Amino acid sequence: MSCFWHHLTSQRGLGTKMSEAVVIDSVTPTVELLAPWVVEDIRPLIAFLVPWLGMIGIMWAGEKRPNLRETFTLVAAVIQSTVVLSMVPVILNGAIIECHVWQIFTHVPLLLRVDGPGILFACVASLLWIATTVYAIGYMRGLHEHAQTRFYSFFALSLSATMGVAFSANLLTIYIFYEMLSISTFPLVTHMQDKNARTGGRTYLGYLLFTSLCLLLPALSWCYVWLDGGKVTMDFLTDTGKIGFFTEPTQIILLVLFTFGFAKAGLMPFHSWLPGAMVAPTPVSALLHAVAVVKVGVFCVYRVYTDVFGPEVLAKMDGEDWMMLVACATILISSLIALSQDNLKRRLAFSTIGQLGYIVLGATLATEQGSGGAVLHIAMHACGKITLFFCAGAIFVATGKKYVSELRGLGRKMPITMGAFLIGALSVIGLPPLGGFISKWYLAMGALDRDAAWVVVVLLVSSLLNVFYLLPVAVTAFFRKDETDNEPIGIKEAPWACVVPLALTAVGCFVLFFLSDPLLRLAGIKD
Amino acid sequence: MDNAIAWILLFPLIGSIACALLGMVNRKLCYPISVLSMVAATWASVETLFQAVASPTAEVSYIFGGWVLDLFPRGVGIEFRADLLGALIALVVVGVGLIVSMYAKLPVEKETPRKEALYYPLFLLQITGLAGIALTGDAFNLYVLIEVAALTGYGLIAIGSNRAAAATFNYLILGTIGASLYLLGVGYVYIKTGTLNMVGIQEVIATNGLHDSPTMQVAFVLIGLGILIKMAFFPFHAWLPNAYSSAPTTTSCLLAPLVTKVMIYVMIRMVLTVFGVEFSFESTLWSEFMPWLVVIAIVCAAVMALAQREIKKMLAYLIVAEVGYMVGGVWIYNYYGFIGSIFHIISDACMTLCLFLATGIILRACKTTHFDGLRGLFSKMPLTMIGFFVGGFSIIGLPPTCGFFSKWYLITGGMVAERWEYMVVLMFSTMIMVVLFFRLIERIHLAVSESGEDLGKGHGDLGLTKEQTTFEEAPLSMLIPLLLAASIVMIIGIYNQEVVDQIELFLAPFNLPKGTGH
Repeated sequence: MSCFWHHLTSQRGLGTKMSEAVVIDSVTPTVELLAPWVVEDIRPLIAFLVPWLGMIGIMWAGEKRPNLRETFTLVAAVIQSTVVLSMVPVILNGAIIECHVWQIFTHVPLLLRVDGPGILFACVASLLWIATTVYAIGYMRGLHEHAQTRFYSFFALSLSATMGVAFSANLLTIYIFYEMLSISTFPLVTHMQDKNARTGGRTYLGYLLFTSLCLLLPALSWCYVWLDGGKVTMDFLTDTGKIGFFTEPTQIILLVLFTFGFAKAGLMPFHSWLPGAMVAPTPVSALLHAVAVVKVGVFCVYRVYTDVFGPEVLAKMDGEDWMMLVACATILISSLIALSQDNLKRRLAFSTIGQLGYIVLGATLATEQGSGGAVLHIAMHACGKITLFFCAGAIFVATGKKYVSELRGLGRKMPITMGAFLIGALSVIGLPPLGGFISKWYLAMGALDRDAAWVVVVLLVSSLLNVFYLLPVAVTAFFRKDETDNEPIGIKEAPWACVVPLALTAVGCFVLFFLSDPLLRLAGIKD
Repeated sequence: MDNAIAWILLFPLIGSIACALLGMVNRKLCYPISVLSMVAATWASVETLFQAVASPTAEVSYIFGGWVLDLFPRGVGIEFRADLLGALIALVVVGVGLIVSMYAKLPVEKETPRKEALYYPLFLLQITGLAGIALTGDAFNLYVLIEVAALTGYGLIAIGSNRAAAATFNYLILGTIGASLYLLGVGYVYIKTGTLNMVGIQEVIATNGLHDSPTMQVAFVLIGLGILIKMAFFPFHAWLPNAYSSAPTTTSCLLAPLVTKVMIYVMIRMVLTVFGVEFSFESTLWSEFMPWLVVIAIVCAAVMALAQREIKKMLAYLIVAEVGYMVGGVWIYNYYGFIGSIFHIISDACMTLCLFLATGIILRACKTTHFDGLRGLFSKMPLTMIGFFVGGFSIIGLPPTCGFFSKWYLITGGMVAERWEYMVVLMFSTMIMVVLFFRLIERIHLAVSESGEDLGKGHGDLGLTKEQTTFEEAPLSMLIPLLLAASIVMIIGIYNQEVVDQIELFLAPFNLPKGTGH
C-alpha cells in the first residue's frame, strides 16, 4: 500500500523548500534533519474515512438497535483518535506526513498533510468526540430525543470533515472540507425540526454559505489565477508568502476576503449564526459549536495568516492592523453581550465568539509566540468550553433549567457538575494551574513581541469580563438558596453518561496545564 | 469501428424507424428498442471520443456519400466532424438520452397511454437531431438538424395534456422565428463566402479579410439572434417555462437538460470555428454589451425562479438563469470563461437531468409538483430526495459536485477579464439558488408547512399522517436512472480534471486571452 502512495506522490514535484527533503517510508527516524522531511502515509486518509464507515454502521443499526448504533459511533471515535494519536510521535520528531489523494484540479491536488498545528487540532477534535459520544448517549436518551440515528450519522460526518480541514495541505482542499462541514452540520442544527430550529438553521446556512460562496470563492480563484502565472498550488508549505507578489491594495482585499470569508471563525459582524445555532441539542453545541466547527473557522484563518500570507508579507502590510482591531473589538463586544444573556447556552455562545477572537488575534499578531498561542488556545479553550457546555446540558437533563437565574441552590444538588463548571470557567478565564492560562500567556507574549502593549490591555480587560459573566453562574449555584424549592436537599445528578465526560474534561483542563510540553512543541513555540 | 461517428446518429435513427414500425404491431416493443438503440449510440459516442482523443489532429471526420472536400472553398460535401468539443457534447446528448430512455417506461405508459408507438420514434429522432447538431461540420446541415430537433420537440411536448398544446404553439412560433433568423444569416454567409462548411467559412474569412464586411456583420447578428432565441436567453425565454412545465415527464427530462445547452454549443461553435475569434470579438461589439445583457438575464431569471411555487416552473427559470451563466462565460472573452462555459454545458446537463428525473418521481408519488406536496417527503422516499439534493447542491455550486467546478472557472474567467459585473451577478444568483434549494430542503426534510407554523407537537412529531411517513420508494426503473444521474454529477465533479484537459486541448489553438496583470 505504501508503495502505491509513494508512486502517486513521486510524480508530483515538491516545491522549492521541499526539494532537499528526504522521502522515506518508515516511521521514527533516528537522525535529526534540518529540513522537515516527508513521510508518505495513508493514516490521515484513514482518520478522514473512519467516520464514514461508522456512519454506514450507524445507519445499518438504526433506531431499532440503539445499543449497537452507539457502539458503532464509539468505536469510530476511538479508532479515529487512535489513528490520530499514532501520528503524534512522528510529528514530534519533526517530520510531516503527506497523503496525496487525487489530482482534482490543474496544478492543485487534493492533498492531506499532517503538521504540528493540524495534528494538535485533530487530536483535540477526535479525543473530545469520544467524550461527546458518551455524553450524547446520556443526553439523548435522558431526553428521549427523536431521530437519533440521523443525529449520530451526521455527527460522524462532521467529524470526518473536521479531520479533512485539520489535515488539508492547500486552500482548495481546505475549502472543500469547509463546505462539507457546513452542509453536514445543518441537520444537526435543525434537529428539533420546529420553528426555532428552522430560524436557527436559516441564519446558520445564510451566514456560512454567503461568506464562503461570495467572499471566499472569489479570493480563492483570485489566488488560483494570478499567483505565479496560474501555476501556483496554493500549498501551505511551499507557496507561503507568494501573495507578496500582489500589489498592496490587492493584498489587503484578499486578507479581508479570507478573514471574513471563513465565517465559522465567528468574527464580527459575521457572528450571529453561532448564537442562532444554539437551538441544536447540547452535544452539538458542545462539540461542534465550541470545538469542531468554530475551531475549523479559526484554524482556517490561522492557516491563511501563517501559511498563505506568512509573517514576512504580513509585517509589510498595513491592513493587518485593522484585522487586529476587528479581532479585539469582537473580543470585547461579545464579552459585553455575554454579560447580558440569561440563557446559559447563549451566554456560553457569546463567550465562544470572544474566545475565537483571541485565536484570530493571535494569528494576526504574526509573531512566533502569537500564532503559537493561537494554536494552543484552540486546544485549551476547547477543553474548558466543552466542559461548560456539558454542564449546561447536564443541568438541562437533570432539572430542565436553561436560564442562569434559575440555577440557585443547584450546587448542592449537582456538586460534580457545578464543580466541573467552576473549573471550566476558571480555565476559560485563564487562571493557573489550568490550561487556559498557558495560551493566554503566549498570546500576551506574542503581542509584546510586536510592541503592541494595547493588545495586552485588551486581553486583561477581556479576562476581567470573563470573570464577570462566568463566575456568577457558579456563585449563584453554590451560594444562593432557592427559596421556592421545597424539595429536601439531596444529590440529583444527571445520568452517569453525562457526568463522567464532563468530569473528565474538567480534569483535562488541569492535565493540559501540567503536560503542556508536547503541545508547545506541536504549536511551534518550543523546538 | 471506423465510422463510429456516423453510427451515433444512425442508431437512434434506425431505432426510431423500428419503433414506429414494430410499435404498430406491439406497443410493448418500443421501450426495449429505444433503450437498446441508445446503448448502442452511447457506445458509438464513447468510441468516437476515444478516436478523437487518439487522433493526431484531435478530430474525427466523416463525409456522407464520400464527396470531395479538398477544393477551395472547401465544402461541397456533407461533413460530420467530431473534434474534442463536438465529441464531448455528443456524448452528453446520447448519455442523457440513454438515462432518460431507461427512465421512460412508467411515465410514458401513464401520461401518454396507448401512444408509445408515436412517442418513442419522436423521442429517438429528437436525440438524433441533438446529437447531429453537436457533430455536423456544415452550417446549413446545422439548420436542418436544429429543425429536426425542434419539430420532434414540438411533438414531444404537445403529446401530453391540453395545456401543453397551447405552450407548444408559443414555442413553435418563437422557435420558428429563431431558426429562420439563423437560416437567413447562413444565406448571407453563403453569398459572401461561397461555402457552407464551417471550416471552409473560417478559411475564406481569413484569406479574403472579410472581417469588416457589412454582409458578414449582418450575418453574424442574424445568426447570433437566432441562436439566442433558440437557447431561451432572457428576454427571449418566454417559450421555455410553460413548454417544459406542461410537457410530459419524460419529455421535460430529455429537453430541459439538452436543448438549451446544445444551442450554447452552437454559439461557441459559431464564435470559435465558423466566424473565428478575431471576427467575433474584435470586429463586433458583442463582447462589450453582452455581459451586461447577461447580468440582466441572470438577475431577472433568478428572481422569477424565486417567485415560483411549483418545482417544474422553478427549474425552468433556473435553466434560463443557467443559460445566462454560459452565454456570459463566452462573451467575457477569455480562456477561463470558455472552459467554464463548456464545462458548464456538461455539468448543467447532468444536474438538470438529475433534478428533472427526481421531479418526475415526485410528480408520480404526490400527484403534484407544487411546494405544498413536498412536506416531509424525506421520510417517505429518502433515496429520491438524496438524488434531488445532489442536483440542488450542484446548482448551488458546492464541492465536490460538478457545478462547483464549472462555477469556479466562470468566476475565474470574470476575474481575469475584469468583468466585475459578471462576477457579482454569479454571486447574486448563487445566493438565490441557496435560498431556492434550502427552501425546498426545509419542506422536504423539516416538513415546513406553507404558512410556516408548526403543525406537529414537536420533538420529532411533525404532524404528518402515517401514510406520509411510511417508506415507499419510487419504482426501480425510475430510481436507478436518478441515482445514476446523481452519481454522474459527483463523478464529473471529482474527475473534472479529465474533462477540463480535453476542453483545454480543444481551446489551445484559438489563443484566447488568459490575462496578464494582477
